[in-house]
Amino acid sequence: MSELTSKTIAELRDGFDSGDFSAREIAEDFNAAVAGARALNAFTVETPDDALACADAADQARGKDKLGALAGIPLGIKDLFATKGVDSTAGSHILKGFKPPYESTVTANLRRAGAGMLGKLNMDEFAMGSSNETSHYGPVNSPWRRAGSNVALTPGGSSGGSAAAVAAGIVPGATGTDTGGSIRQPAAFTGICGIKPTYGRCSRWGVIAFASSLDQAGPMAKSIRDCAILLEAMAGFDPKDSTSLDLPVPKWEAGLSSDLKGKRVGIPKEYRIDEVPGEINALWDQGIEWLHDAGAEPIEISLPHTKYALPTYYIIAPAEASSNLARYDGVRYGLREIGVKSLDDMYGATRAAGFGEEVKRRIMIGTYVLSAGFYDAYFTKAQKVRALIKQDFRKAFEQCDIILTPTAPSAAFGLGETTDPLAMYLNDVFAVPASLAGLPAMSVPGGLDSNGLPLGLHLIGNECDEQGVLNAGLAIEDRAGFTARPEKWW
Amino acid sequence: MPPFRPFVIALVAMSVNTDQVRHIAKLARIAMSDEELDRLVPELNNILGWVEQLAEVDTDGIEPLTAVIDLKQRLRDDVVTDGDIQSDILANAPGAQHGFFAVPKVIE
Amino acid sequence: MVVTDYRITGDTGEWEVVVGLEVHAQVTSDAKLFSGAATEFGAEPNTQVSLVDAAMPGMLPVPNRECIRQAVRTGMAIGAKINAWSRFDRKNYFYADLPQGYQISQLYHPIVGEGEIEILLDDKDENSGKMIGVERIHVEQDAGKLMHDQHPTMSYVDLNRCGVALMEIVSKPDMRSPAEAGAYVRKLRAILRYVGSCDGNMEEGSMRADVNVSVRKPGGELGTRTETKNVNSVRFVMAVIEGEAKRQVELIESGGAVAQETRLYDPDKNVTRSLRSKEDAHDYRYFPDPDLLPLELDDAFLEDCRASLPELPDAKRKRFEALGMSPYNAAVLTAEVETARWFDQLLDAGADPQQAANWVVAELFGALNRLGRSIADSPVTPAAAAALLALVADGTISGTISKKVFEIMLEHGGSPAEIVQREGLKQTSDPGEIDARIDEIFAANADKVDQYKAGKEALFGFFVGQVMKAMAGKANPQMVNERLKAKLS
Ligand SMILES: [Mg+2]
Ligand SMILES: [Zn+2]
Repeated sequence: MSELTSKTIAELRDGFDSGDFSAREIAEDFNAAVAGARALNAFTVETPDDALACADAADQARGKDKLGALAGIPLGIKDLFATKGVDSTAGSHILKGFKPPYESTVTANLRRAGAGMLGKLNMDEFAMGSSNETSHYGPVNSPWRRAGSNVALTPGGSSGGSAAAVAAGIVPGATGTDTGGSIRQPAAFTGICGIKPTYGRCSRWGVIAFASSLDQAGPMAKSIRDCAILLEAMAGFDPKDSTSLDLPVPKWEAGLSSDLKGKRVGIPKEYRIDEVPGEINALWDQGIEWLHDAGAEPIEISLPHTKYALPTYYIIAPAEASSNLARYDGVRYGLREIGVKSLDDMYGATRAAGFGEEVKRRIMIGTYVLSAGFYDAYFTKAQKVRALIKQDFRKAFEQCDIILTPTAPSAAFGLGETTDPLAMYLNDVFAVPASLAGLPAMSVPGGLDSNGLPLGLHLIGNECDEQGVLNAGLAIEDRAGFTARPEKWW
Repeated sequence: MPPFRPFVIALVAMSVNTDQVRHIAKLARIAMSDEELDRLVPELNNILGWVEQLAEVDTDGIEPLTAVIDLKQRLRDDVVTDGDIQSDILANAPGAQHGFFAVPKVIE
Repeated sequence: MVVTDYRITGDTGEWEVVVGLEVHAQVTSDAKLFSGAATEFGAEPNTQVSLVDAAMPGMLPVPNRECIRQAVRTGMAIGAKINAWSRFDRKNYFYADLPQGYQISQLYHPIVGEGEIEILLDDKDENSGKMIGVERIHVEQDAGKLMHDQHPTMSYVDLNRCGVALMEIVSKPDMRSPAEAGAYVRKLRAILRYVGSCDGNMEEGSMRADVNVSVRKPGGELGTRTETKNVNSVRFVMAVIEGEAKRQVELIESGGAVAQETRLYDPDKNVTRSLRSKEDAHDYRYFPDPDLLPLELDDAFLEDCRASLPELPDAKRKRFEALGMSPYNAAVLTAEVETARWFDQLLDAGADPQQAANWVVAELFGALNRLGRSIADSPVTPAAAAALLALVADGTISGTISKKVFEIMLEHGGSPAEIVQREGLKQTSDPGEIDARIDEIFAANADKVDQYKAGKEALFGFFVGQVMKAMAGKANPQMVNERLKAKLS
């Protein structure tokens, strides 16, 4: 890891500003790091020229024009974002060779801020997965290994490429997306920070859809400050997205403060699960201590419908996905398999060859729960329970300002270790409730388990209170002193 | 409130058989071999059985939540701002001829 | 309310036909319902397509205010309940003309609720009205176009029409004959064109009807219905009902049963056939579109919709009748919005309503027919026509001469007054001149004068004719009569 690649985005920005190093030097170091880390399988496409071109533009501008917030900073972009002229496949075979003639709003915002692109990051197919094993391009290898073992571990998912790349220091920061934990669980598994903002903060325009009522983009980076910097650049009202929040983007970085005096931290009693390893509950207690030390008052709260969040999610998300993924039919883009005779055959053959097992499984479930005779029993019921879950949070935030829980019920597991789909779904048991309620939530590294693997703490904020989430995260970051980085084996 | 046991899977109340799964696959336009169908039946039943624990939640008088943020739908002005990008529209098409998308003959 | 006696007579006796229509009307707007692409008809393939219309990954819909406005105004025009809170749902199915794999429509909460449309079964009789219920109007996306005849093994897809806004206007099963259905479609078309929410151009497909037909013993239980899709002319709608009713009666009477199915009409063979290809395994899996939020219309928006409504066909017809026109004239003059507008301008120019109505229906329509022109591009303006009618009214020219002047106006234009001047067509009411002509004619026809005086009164007409002839038709007819009577008595 070169001196530059070990820096945070804030450090790179300030060093570039004050002329300690050029944007080109930054881009070259990260390009080299990316090229040297192919064993991680973190990228689906590498775009070193893009990173260099943006760097040169930044170097040109320095001293003359006003620099963008991310001038000279190259980033990794999750393959779920449409990037103009660069393969955007959502980790799926069905989007083979798809080069969008358009740029997603979020990545366009990042480019406007001066950021370059190091490449497209590997992910679970259509963001459906928690281990990156559903990617058509094969799983991402976590840079982390259990102490004294070389068993390949998952970086988590679906934003596994983003998490692995940040943790390995081959990108200073990356975009992720989170439908039911896809930013927070991989962040926890790889010892980095990741925030899912309030639903509607980041435009979904140009982000390949999984479940429209849940999908949110967010940043993944080494520090809370870096997340604040990136989120400020990514977020913003977009008239092209009907569900976009028409609000100004707060100055989250400037607002950072780890002083939580007068704040109340809600500790949901329903999140105490016997099956969860003691180490994780212990870290949770430690997290409560840290926030208390930062001036916050811990109080027990109740989120009675929490236990129904996962089943609710696994009705609503597949239902929306089954419809969102109907457009992959071999007619206008991507893969086409010519069927035996008819158009229907072409659809069937194309989708059979183009979608992986997990995506097919979810399309099947989603199709079933929407189908005649089952709609009310499953989908309408799930929407009602979702309303109750949102109500739980509304009541909770009348008593507290922020909620603290573990991010995931376990540390990173080995690739191929979890084969039962249900067991895999349970990874997101702590992350999904905030997704269903559209609330801002983030994972911040808390420490290492007995195997030397990172564990994350999970902060949930009230609607539009990303600042509260970031500040509590900062309080934990300050006290956890988490500096562990994976041993380079790749 | 019963103790939180997410790892306990509820018993399958409504369960699907191979013919239903075949019908769903047809609706979803995913070609599937009998082997695939047979493999999916228990998987789907396992998941469906698990989600059916929602049945125990009392949702009387609860409005289904469709939009997670309470905003009003914005409306666009009636202005032509897009189009005239035929080449972009067809650029990624597996089959395009004379400005059209081409698909296997459809018999109505 | 009128009970129509349309009946199908089968071997087992009389059958009644029950008809409901789902009319798809393309909303008049510049841009599409959820994208900024143009809606114009007949452009080069896939040139009026946005990334949204082509359902590119990650594209999102944002509704067009004008399309919503037009649907609301249409609802108001049929006195329907307007739902200030409505929502869009996805109708999921796979077809090559549907890029998203779903149509954004409104199943659970349509923007317009129940209303009704009055049809006249007899233009000449304002008491022949019948109310046809409208169940709902919802807004949805049109699909693209498939071409099957361009290539031996391939079909071609053009997405220009894809995403254009449609109003689906769903009637209740209130129609009982092809004639009623025809009258309903014509009336609905008139209302849409008055409101300006759809051009009603059925040839270009901006108005299509799904025709639901079933048969039953008069007054009995409703039978199973079939739906014949996308019928694109009033004549075809009526033909479909006639044929479908006969087919169903024969099917039932020969021991068969009507299948609830979608059918397609073949105008060349004038038959409908089952559309199983589209039928099998249909389950649309409607659910609220998560890319869109509920549509809430505030009072200001609704008020603007109401305030912008024009006088509608029924109101206009009643107003015209109140002005003393015959029900027939009133109906004919209000059936087409262009005619009604032209005629209103004629009245505004001061023409006498009855005289004007008779003249337009008899003279203007005839002339336009001959010239093969629509009233919109009539060579004679309402103002000029009013001036012509005024000349007749004040006796400057006779009705006969007015026809001659009108012909000249049609050919060369110009103001009627000038034409009358130039051609010296002014009517003479000078008793002296008329008496002089009469005396000449009596002198030349002394024998006939004697015969008349001897009692052959039929000759009176002959004398009138001779005088008019001698005065090139310009003599005031009444005065000629008076003077003749006086001199012959
Ligand atoms: Mg229909
Ligand atoms: Zn329709």
